[in-house]
Amino acid sequence: MFESLNKRLEEVFKNIRGQGKLTEKNMKESLQEIRMALLEADVNYKVVKGFIADVQEAATGQKVLDAVHPGQMIVKIVHEELVKVMGEKNEPLRMADSPPTILMMVGLQGQGKTTTAGKLAVMLKKKGHRPLLVGADVYRPAAIKQLEVVAGQAGVESFSLGENANPVDTCVMAGGEAQMRNCDVIILDTAGRLHVDAEMMGEVRQIHSAVNPTEILFVANAMQGQDAVNSAKEFHAVLPLTGVILTQMDGDARGGAALSLISVTGCPIKFVGTGEKLDALDAFHPQRLADQILGMGDIVSLVEKAQEVVDQEQALKFQEKARKATWDLEDFLQQMQQVKKMGSLGDLVKKIPGMNKMMPKGMDFDEDELKYAEAIVYSMTPYERRHPKIINGSRRRRIATGSGTSVPDVNHLLKDFQKMKKMIKKMMKGPKGRGPKGRGPQGLGPAGLGF
Amino acid sequence: MTEKKAGFLGRLRERLGKTRSGLLDNVKRVFSGRPRIGEDVFEDLEEILIEGDLGVETTMTIVEDMRQVTKERKLENSADLFRVLEEELAGLLEPGDHALNWTSSGDDPHVVLVVGVNGAGKTTTIGKLAQKLRAEGKSVVLGAADTFRAAAVEQLTIWSERAGAAIVKHADGADPAAVAYDATDAAVARKADCLIIDTAGRLHTKVNLMEELKKIQRVVGKRLPGAPHDVLLVLDATTGQNGLQQAIQFTEALNVTGIALTKLDGTAKGGIAVAIQKQLGIPIKLIGVGEAVDDLQPFNAREFVEALFE
Ligand SMILES: Nc1nc2c(ncn2[C@@H]2O[C@H](COP(=O)(O)OP(=O)(O)OP(=O)(O)O)[C@@H](O)[C@H]2O)c(=O)[nH]1
Ligand SMILES: [Mg+2]
Repeated sequence: MFESLNKRLEEVFKNIRGQGKLTEKNMKESLQEIRMALLEADVNYKVVKGFIADVQEAATGQKVLDAVHPGQMIVKIVHEELVKVMGEKNEPLRMADSPPTILMMVGLQGQGKTTTAGKLAVMLKKKGHRPLLVGADVYRPAAIKQLEVVAGQAGVESFSLGENANPVDTCVMAGGEAQMRNCDVIILDTAGRLHVDAEMMGEVRQIHSAVNPTEILFVANAMQGQDAVNSAKEFHAVLPLTGVILTQMDGDARGGAALSLISVTGCPIKFVGTGEKLDALDAFHPQRLADQILGMGDIVSLVEKAQEVVDQEQALKFQEKARKATWDLEDFLQQMQQVKKMGSLGDLVKKIPGMNKMMPKGMDFDEDELKYAEAIVYSMTPYERRHPKIINGSRRRRIATGSGTSVPDVNHLLKDFQKMKKMIKKMMKGPKGRGPKGRGPQGLGPAGLGF
Repeated sequence: MTEKKAGFLGRLRERLGKTRSGLLDNVKRVFSGRPRIGEDVFEDLEEILIEGDLGVETTMTIVEDMRQVTKERKLENSADLFRVLEEELAGLLEPGDHALNWTSSGDDPHVVLVVGVNGAGKTTTIGKLAQKLRAEGKSVVLGAADTFRAAAVEQLTIWSERAGAAIVKHADGADPAAVAYDATDAAVARKADCLIIDTAGRLHTKVNLMEELKKIQRVVGKRLPGAPHDVLLVLDATTGQNGLQQAIQFTEALNVTGIALTKLDGTAKGGIAVAIQKQLGIPIKLIGVGEAVDDLQPFNAREFVEALFE
């Protein structure tokens, strides 16, 4: 059901391999596959319809008929078309010519507005701004308290007239408050509301006309299904949205709702949320989301993230070792330490195409496990570390005693090591049938990771 | 017409303050101008089911079945086909126990663990549930095991005050399993009727956080064998196909007994719950149609199907 589009297209094209040509009928079949893939990725039914028509047009114009790998060719066209729709480049936050810049966060309930407001504050603070977080959700119990706590975590100012005040007043008063506190950016955290709730939509419209925000950011979670078009359309009808922030992109949702959101609002996606911590806000990369919607994983961001923390020189050394298959327990340990720096291994690895299934269960580890692993590896002799094969029963007992762990713990670690080694081997070869050439990170194969 | 209908649909209509068209009108709309069954009828059907978030696979199966039935029974009239469809959908949804049974053995409390992804509506559902139970004269303890999200404990505290329920809480950042254990302990000691444990929202892909939930389930069972008696997975009705992954991962980690489907007061249909019930056999137990106490409703397969076509 959730196999990648590539694999499914391979099936479609298996029959016509060797014929070397795409007939109109073949094309129809593959477009049907693409249609299914997009629907499975939660792109809205009607949006898919329009999109497929566009792809068809683009493909026909492009003389793909003598392609060697018709499947990849089609995927490439679809990919390009997706990127085109989603905006070719990343659009930055709009700032007011003269302060204050007012950012208004709006959206349905439970999308992550408050957390995202905090993330924006952190990001802006880093750039030298002085944001003021404003709590205007008087409905959800403790929502204002939540915003205050978030402001504390972000190390920025916060303001609210409280739960008994009119949220419109709170937002209006925030202007003077910002001036007094010398803040140049005001971030309004409005209550989550349903697009069919006339009264609540009236309120948010009132806030809008009272404060005249620089940006109206629609916060939407990436797991949304078909209904994303309806809510976004309504919000956009009531408020002139200027941007979308897509949250919870750290899960395994395919994120097709993004395409729906863009189609109905015409707004760019300005940021994506990738975690619960306040620094987990990334710029939007249409290429990556296109990969994800098509089920091709997210190699670029994986590699980028890895590069931030992995010592390049060491990475090259690992790469070399992996190629020569001399990767040993010492490398394993260093690897674990680096991955810890990068965040959860599971999250990262899941972003690699095909790795989700390949990834052995329980390869995720926490601080404690790392401590265990360190103790165990350090209790081995250097020779054992480089030649794990010789670690027999009696050596295992010795290592267990030496490290204050148990034999099962040692076994567990050795098993993980083997699993990882196997994984590395596979990664060195690269996942099969990945997207077309010329896209994606050339020369930045997974090996660049340093695994 | 259906305007007098109580329950979830009635409540829904009342809340929305709209007269939604009744089922018969919808048959007309859905298969509008197509009294005879033709290819276009199946296409419309496909569109409705996909847009209801039932997913490609479930939709294709159902549409295929409808084609089959049409052929076998030589149906000509699309209204007849629609009736068959309703039967099929309701039939899909009916298996399993859709009630939340508050069966405490002896003096022990009935323990419910509430889980789900971030922002699904866990805490609100718990608040509403607590108020309902209190109104029925039951004694309720809430366990504030979301020690992670900012002001989550305060949020649940406000609900406990509204409901007149006791609450067990620790400091922010405390071990959620310890809170769950203490809450169970307190509920047993007080001979409370029900204990409902709130947990922090988490994505099902976070291995460590799923382990944390397993630990919570384990320690609750250690303190009170057999508990938790129910594990409710809260699912936002706007969720698309990822909902199935959520259900798979949460059921793999925990003994999920049912789904609470929230935010059905919007325009989302929550069709992914059909796919979940079909593939995993997890019944929907509660429906959330708003933020007020009366907006938590028992599940009714027929009404749900009706709403799918509204
Ligand atoms: N319209 C509507 N809103 C709901 C419903 N259930 C919950 N909400 C709202 O959704 C938002 C999030 O609800 P919470 O109960 O805080 O969700 P949660 O799952 O506990 O969230 P976290 O603890 O942050 O993961 C709140 O604004 C609720 O009022 C519902 O059935 N309908
Ligand atoms: Mg909560």
